[in-house]
Amino acid sequence: MNYLLRGIGVLAAVGTFSLLAFSLPSGGEARGDSGGDDLMPRLAHKNWQQECASCHLAYSPALLPRASWRRVMGGLEQHFGENASLDPATQADILRFLEANAADSGTSRMGDKVMQRMDRNTAPLRITETTWFVKKHDEVPRATWTRKSVGSAANCAACHRQAEKGVFDEDTVRIPK
Amino acid sequence: MLLSAHASADSPANFMARYAQQAGVAVTALSPTRGEALYRSEHPGKNGAMQSCASCHTANPKQAGQTRVGKRIEPLAPAANPARFTDAAKVEKWFRRNCTDVLARECSAQEKGDFIAFLNKFK
Repeated sequence: MNYLLRGIGVLAAVGTFSLLAFSLPSGGEARGDSGGDDLMPRLAHKNWQQECASCHLAYSPALLPRASWRRVMGGLEQHFGENASLDPATQADILRFLEANAADSGTSRMGDKVMQRMDRNTAPLRITETTWFVKKHDEVPRATWTRKSVGSAANCAACHRQAEKGVFDEDTVRIPK
Repeated sequence: MLLSAHASADSPANFMARYAQQAGVAVTALSPTRGEALYRSEHPGKNGAMQSCASCHTANPKQAGQTRVGKRIEPLAPAANPARFTDAAKVEKWFRRNCTDVLARECSAQEKGDFIAFLNKFK
């Protein structure tokens, strides 16, 4: 009886352990993201962070497919109405990084989610044009985006208070007046 | 390490000397008054509204400004931001971009020198 109980205990412990062991990494960790529902993959790249983030948040490469990033980086002299031109070496370095981690690169769960709703024949220039983004923000009234405290939908951090850290879950959202 | 080595290599005075030389004038011929006029001069923007350096950098270069999408721009005046005009690549990059955006042309060496002379006047 005693042995039987202990046997069940050991089996249960092993079972729990192996469940944990197999559920924890869950692909996410191995593929460079944290596996969280509204977390951008944790990435570090000097030029991406330095150059892109001098004017706006360094938007995650996982939010657009490779074809989009090629269009964006090919038109920096007219970047949404501003000259954001770079020297050719820096430009090529950033594009390589964006392509390697793009939504359709298969490297992050966030990218997979963006691609699920993407028409594969399109290469949008704006993250805000992706079906994923529109759907995620469908409860935000149009007037909210143009509030002075927000500016535009390009200003993630106006509402996503931890956007700089790649955290975008609803608990961290506070829409300014 | 590399950054700080870079930072100590250049200063506003160095840039003024370099731009004056490129323009073929004495450094004393650079004019803070002309620099200020350039800073405040308004030009028709792409969306029809008038724009100037001050549109993003504010009327007071010792204050922080804001990019069009709301990100903070550290002050331009070296008195308020010692990192300004310490990195040649950065300085050239931003003159190239912003002169093209605001003036629809590149700035001359003389204009760049005047501009820094103006900003360097703030205490």
